[in-house]
Amino acid sequence: MTKHNGASPKEKIGVYVCHCGTNISGTVDVEDVAQWAAEKLEHRGVIVARDYKFMCSSLGQELIEKDIKELGLTRVVVAACSPHLHEKTFRTACENAGLNPYLCELVSIREQVSWVHTDKVAATAKSKAVISGGVERVIWHEPLEAMSVPIHPATLVVGGGIAGIQATLEIANAGYPVYLVEREPSIGGHMAQFDKTFPTLDCSACILTPKMVEVGTHPNVTLMTWTDVEKVDGYVGNFDVTVRQKARKVDTELCTGCGICEEKCPKNVIDNVYEAGLGYRKAIYTPFPQAVPNYPVMDLENCIYFDTGKCKACEKFCPTHAIDFEQEDEIIEFQVGNIILATGYDMFDARKMSNYGYGRLKNVFTSLEFERMCNASGPTEGKIVLRDGVTTPKTVGIIHCVGSRDKNHNEYCSSICCMQSLKFAHLVHERTGANVYNFYIDIRTPGKGYDEFYTRVIEEGTSFVRGKVAEVTNAARQPGERRKLIVQVEDTLIGKQRRIPVDMVILSAGLEPPHDAKEVAKRFGISCSADGWYIEKHPKLDPIATMTEGIYIAGCVQGPKDIPASVAQGAAASARILGKIQQGEMAMEPIRASVLDEQCSGCRICNDLCPYNAILFHEETMVSEINPALCQGCGTCVAACPAGAITGAGFSNEQVLAQIEGLLAYA
Amino acid sequence: MSKYIYYPGCSMEGSGKAYHDSLMPVCAKLELELDKINDWNCCGATEYLGINKLPAYALIGRNLAIAEQQVNGVQDIVAPCSACYLNLTKADHAMHSDPKMNEQVNEALAAGGLHYTPGSVGIRHLLDVLLYDIGLVTIKEKVSRPLRGLRVAPYVGCMAPRLNYTASWSDREQPLELDILLEALGAEVVDYPLKTHCCGGHMPQISPNTAYELIHRLINYAEEVQADMMVAICPMCQMNIDAYQSQVNQHLGTTHAMPIVFFTQLMGLAFGMDAEVLGFGTELVSAEKALVKIDNVEIPAKNKRIRKDKYALPMPQPLGNGIPADGKNGKEAH
Repeated sequence: MTKHNGASPKEKIGVYVCHCGTNISGTVDVEDVAQWAAEKLEHRGVIVARDYKFMCSSLGQELIEKDIKELGLTRVVVAACSPHLHEKTFRTACENAGLNPYLCELVSIREQVSWVHTDKVAATAKSKAVISGGVERVIWHEPLEAMSVPIHPATLVVGGGIAGIQATLEIANAGYPVYLVEREPSIGGHMAQFDKTFPTLDCSACILTPKMVEVGTHPNVTLMTWTDVEKVDGYVGNFDVTVRQKARKVDTELCTGCGICEEKCPKNVIDNVYEAGLGYRKAIYTPFPQAVPNYPVMDLENCIYFDTGKCKACEKFCPTHAIDFEQEDEIIEFQVGNIILATGYDMFDARKMSNYGYGRLKNVFTSLEFERMCNASGPTEGKIVLRDGVTTPKTVGIIHCVGSRDKNHNEYCSSICCMQSLKFAHLVHERTGANVYNFYIDIRTPGKGYDEFYTRVIEEGTSFVRGKVAEVTNAARQPGERRKLIVQVEDTLIGKQRRIPVDMVILSAGLEPPHDAKEVAKRFGISCSADGWYIEKHPKLDPIATMTEGIYIAGCVQGPKDIPASVAQGAAASARILGKIQQGEMAMEPIRASVLDEQCSGCRICNDLCPYNAILFHEETMVSEINPALCQGCGTCVAACPAGAITGAGFSNEQVLAQIEGLLAYA
Repeated sequence: MSKYIYYPGCSMEGSGKAYHDSLMPVCAKLELELDKINDWNCCGATEYLGINKLPAYALIGRNLAIAEQQVNGVQDIVAPCSACYLNLTKADHAMHSDPKMNEQVNEALAAGGLHYTPGSVGIRHLLDVLLYDIGLVTIKEKVSRPLRGLRVAPYVGCMAPRLNYTASWSDREQPLELDILLEALGAEVVDYPLKTHCCGGHMPQISPNTAYELIHRLINYAEEVQADMMVAICPMCQMNIDAYQSQVNQHLGTTHAMPIVFFTQLMGLAFGMDAEVLGFGTELVSAEKALVKIDNVEIPAKNKRIRKDKYALPMPQPLGNGIPADGKNGKEAH
């Protein structure tokens, strides 16, 4: 097993075995492991091996520091939890005692041993094997120095919903420049579509529009709506961003936002975005009265002039001659230090659940349609009516979990639908006096003031039926069902099938990642979970960072959440970025891969494999180069390089092979 | 000439004879060649699978094994009966997803010198083949007597689309295949939301009252939407609704007289064939009165302009059902 060992066998190694309370010691005989390491690995340079209840405690760390100073340790192996948790702790301890932090190796005997095994003898033997691997590996470690990169003070925020707006304002108010990019004509996101917000029932627009106006007028904010991010190059602190500002066909220098073009445009188009398909807009339009910026955009697909070459009504009537049919898309490039993705969500397409009849039965509505219906500036001016536009429903059924908690569609809970459905029940009661049924699987009201709201809705007289609705049908069986929608459901509290005739059904559709979330993730070099939401660095302790340095996520794109949580994440992401900007530069892990030019054959296999787009190919010299600032040290390219031309600092071939040999020696 | 291995199933010789009688001339017209599985046997219907899966799958597997031998350049088995179609796909699926079941079924088949590799042949329902392989364009070309004036309720039944092992259907609960085909024949197709609801299956034998209620619901709604007849793609559906209608009336005090015919009978009619050769007249609730309506409809001289209600809210656009305009999707059997 020593054939690989070219380094000095005279390294002085300390091995520290953690009990982690009973997390490890419950399954692994830690005393035996420490004793074994001291005896059996002595010939490999282990001069001391200790076990301790909590290695991560300050006393545990002091133990290591003391040994380094007193015994002159040159290498440290800590057998404890995953490096994700405490690698940094023990590296810092080494550094405090004057040892280069990268001469410390963390061996996971918790996540990979004690937590996944029950057989104490086997788990103890496995611990020994992985420690042996760690000892062989650490012999090959080399001292590394952290590198530092400057941080550009500007930030890019993608997505102008409430999370993006909050993030933008936090940074701008701290005095740093922000580029806010939004693909729709106005910022505001889904929140701008709502009428009331739960549980306080304050008017959504009233609390949102002041923030939108602030973004629109803030001297530190460059607002780019009707704009897509095309390309992102560079790395934390120094991203080069290319955006495409789509042609509005309106000169924003001249436009006063008077709305005459929209009034005169003869073309009515169903508005599938802002009005959720329930209302119309023109071919030149501002999506809603409080839009920021308040300039219209021209919808080229529906514009009569672009279709037939005639019309130009908007141009004729525009008092400031702001209509510009010749306007082209504009490509804009700028630099930022950090990026926040707050790209929100799409609604689950309720047409996919044909048993609920949306798209076939006219009085079945989606939650977003209903939001627009309740909104005073919506297609019915806030009146709750059937699809005919005039009849007030006498009975309304609200179905929860449409497309959520359903293994045929999305298995996750969309988190907001219960509260949204309760809000709908309240609004229907208040505005129509209709009977309301809520069909739910479980009611989930964990937020502040949420359960109180639930109680309030119960007290208002809403009926709650527990059971997943099987079908919404117009096929009447009884005379009382004729010309009604019948909700067929198993009431699981009474154990009976029920058929409840109603006039209107509202489907509380779940939340889904934006349809292009995957492409966007790739463009920014981050990853999506199996459900398609963006993956955070740590699900509990770092929900706003991603595994790519300098890219942060906020709001629903990280997972379904309500307005307060989205706002909190937007603010949290910007707080993190402000900290980085104020430092001016940041230290980066020196665990990086590099290419040996003379061995690189230019095959480019590594180019596409790199998940962080860190590898650049030089056409003239035919070799690949790794941008050390972009590289996250994942090692994919090192393993893939057929010529062995890529080495990783901290994960060289020698280190990995030695670790395997060490492991196999006692496996 | 399109060629398929044909699994007729027992109904085609008995209760579903009108299905068989109409299918043959329709196939000839569409140049569809059906090569019967040699010495085919029972698919197990609904009884075998409820009791013990292994003998049931072995019984079905024998047909699949013979079909596999018989393949000879032809890829797909076509079954006109939804129960047969379901059982064949179910057995194939069970053998495919459960290696132990695969091994045991093949052990049983080996006693007869047979072997079946799951997935080796495609299993298709007749309607699927007609719509997706032959295609709407070809079908429309053959229509010489459009079924104008005939209001039909498309009744698909549960067995073909609901489990959908082969992912052949546009939707499990509201599939549109039959609607589209009947529209191509010129019939007026009513929105029939009960299209995949239960016809009672074998309930007439086990629990007649349950069956009567189920059959009544289906007919009742077809009457509600003023359908002249119901159209079936499954011999069991057709038989339950046709044969037990008088008993439903007797037990529930209703006066139903809703004819139900096979879709192939209407295809033949639209292709200009005689009603008699297509098995019309063998149904117990006569379709005669309904058939008189064909082309016997007064078309208003001027199309009334549909008044658009100025207050009405727009309806959501329908979801693409994946059925291309020419009706062919070029999809492979597997």
